[in-house]
Amino acid sequence: MSGGRVRRLLLGAAAPVLALVAAILITSLVLLVAGDPVLDTWSTILSAPRERNVANIINNATVLYLSGLAVAVGFRMNLFNIGVDGQYRIAAFAAAVVAGEAWLPGYLNTVLAIVVAMAVGAAWAGIAGLLRATRGVSEVISTIMLNFISTSLVAFLLRKAAVRAPGSNSINTKEIPEGSRIPGIPFGGGVVEIYGFVVLAVLSGLAYWFVLNRTRFGFDLRATGQSTTAAVASGINVRRMIVIAMLISGAAAGLVGLPILFGDAYSYGSTFQSGLGFSGIAIALLGRNHPVGIGLGALLFAYLNEQSNPLQILVGVSPEIVAITQGVIVLTVVVSYEVVRRYRRRLEQQAVAAATDRPERPAPTEEVAT
Amino acid sequence: MAALLAAGVMSLGALSACGSSGGSDSSGSGSGDGLKVGMAYDVGGRGDQSFNDSAAAGLDKAKKDLGIETQESEAVDGEAESAREERLRTFADAGYNPVIAVGFAYSASVAKVAKEYPDIDFAIIDDEEAKGDNIANLVFAEEQGSFLVGAAAALKTKSNEVGFVGGVETPLIQKFEAGYVAGAKAVKPDITVDTTYLSQPPDFSGFGDPAKGKTAAQGMYDKGADVVYHAAGGSGGGVFEAAKSANKLAIGVDSDQYKTVDASLRSVILTSMLKNVDVAVYNYLKSASEGDIPTGVRRYDLKVGGVDYSTSGGQVDDIKSKLDDYKQQIIDGKITVPTKP
Repeated sequence: MSGGRVRRLLLGAAAPVLALVAAILITSLVLLVAGDPVLDTWSTILSAPRERNVANIINNATVLYLSGLAVAVGFRMNLFNIGVDGQYRIAAFAAAVVAGEAWLPGYLNTVLAIVVAMAVGAAWAGIAGLLRATRGVSEVISTIMLNFISTSLVAFLLRKAAVRAPGSNSINTKEIPEGSRIPGIPFGGGVVEIYGFVVLAVLSGLAYWFVLNRTRFGFDLRATGQSTTAAVASGINVRRMIVIAMLISGAAAGLVGLPILFGDAYSYGSTFQSGLGFSGIAIALLGRNHPVGIGLGALLFAYLNEQSNPLQILVGVSPEIVAITQGVIVLTVVVSYEVVRRYRRRLEQQAVAAATDRPERPAPTEEVAT
Repeated sequence: MAALLAAGVMSLGALSACGSSGGSDSSGSGSGDGLKVGMAYDVGGRGDQSFNDSAAAGLDKAKKDLGIETQESEAVDGEAESAREERLRTFADAGYNPVIAVGFAYSASVAKVAKEYPDIDFAIIDDEEAKGDNIANLVFAEEQGSFLVGAAAALKTKSNEVGFVGGVETPLIQKFEAGYVAGAKAVKPDITVDTTYLSQPPDFSGFGDPAKGKTAAQGMYDKGADVVYHAAGGSGGGVFEAAKSANKLAIGVDSDQYKTVDASLRSVILTSMLKNVDVAVYNYLKSASEGDIPTGVRRYDLKVGGVDYSTSGGQVDDIKSKLDDYKQQIIDGKITVPTKP
């Protein structure tokens, strides 16, 4: 059976590799059409990252990973939480205000802020969950709308809560006191530190895996995602599950901005990174909602983001070219998984046919679960 | 294809060693005194017909007159802080010195990266917060220029009502508002000034949304205002369109917009508040090429020609003496213009 296992592993790796190769080819084509230097572009992106870049990649991946997890929780239940972007921003803002006010000393303050962020994120996503469960409003629409409301609300509140340094043109919340910051892990030359929050991100991934695969609740969630009717038949309260899944997704989304907040920015302001929620959707798709897959997807996206940074200076190509690569990867990954799935089914049919030593029959309508 | 070759050499350099900027001059294209300038733009970059373009104009002029070598890179909307830092570090590692950061979004990253590269000089535009021995802060007295166009609006209005459309409600744009209102009230103490902002930070769309600018200005014209001043970057085009369809007047910002807008819209532009980022960039580079690199806060006000009002189109010719009188009073310190509304 070991031969079969090796083949299985190869097949498992085939789909992402195929997707990546296709994405690189398509991006190269775009570069070629635009008349940009293809080889120089790739040699910059694929050059070995320096130590500080490695740290940046890990930091960026930490943030993207949390975002991917938040989206994946919904995906597993067939819920499309497009609102992670709004959820993380309002949550990060709330956490920044709470941590900045420092009602509690030291790390108690940090813990409180994290809890507040999760609660706010959950509440914001919960609105969409409740609307879906009680009124049947599509969560896709409501979460997108809530993104806009979140953006405006945060902007409005930021102006109320903001303190302004003399001579500065940006506005920020109060800085988090030093005792409540999460210390970074020194790395390389000490220019850049790795967010201490990376540990919490890994723990979140473990919790995601455990809850989904080892608990009754996780089973209910996955069952509801695969077939609502079957879930109802087996006694699952689907409406309750919708609300709970959205709450969890929102709570996870609440964590997204925190590595930046506690490890780097120490305040929420007008230059806080935006758009992380949307990257999370792509990464959850890329990682097929698997905690390890999402991790790899997050690392890949972070790697591309970081390595594309010097493109404009060194090669004269806009770094936004990797946005094309990232977008194409999401598409090609869906296609290549389907291609590999079909190829695998054919192999299985051949194997079955050979084992039973009968002429090959028409393909069964039900695919074999793997 | 010399550029391609040079780029290849540079990427090789980046591959092979960390921070070996010693021999990087060899990839230069044989320019004057070997000054290599890196310019990091804010979102929008070259071609935004506003702030970044003005900085680019200063860079181009310096390149032509001073024979320096330049390289540019622009920000991506909503990017991480680390991306801004890396942009500056990449310039520094590739041997660019000085490095100019355009816009206050770079404040924290310039402060941080300048410490890591004490031998390289940095300049930041529109920010005084980033401080260091190797940082120059190029800032402007926008309120003074806005005061003059506010006075122009008040001198020209027939309805005794004028308007202000701000792009994004940041402290920076509030300076424009404060000066404008003060200027209008200096001429006519009982004048009504309508003010509005197109978006609130961190939503910066107000700088690039002509449709929003048009709606906001239309509302003001409908309400009775007959001159509207915009400090809204790319959204200003919408303000001009609204002025055109209402047959009223508008005031441009940053550059002499009479010269940059579509010819059909020229008739509505009363004047423009000039914020000469190009002058600041050019002067900085000129000093740098003479070996005397500026550091610390450099304030570009009316006195040094950092801000001003434009006269193209001739619509302010009849009030020019009055405006110049105000200008002189501000320069002499007889009028102090507020920076906060």
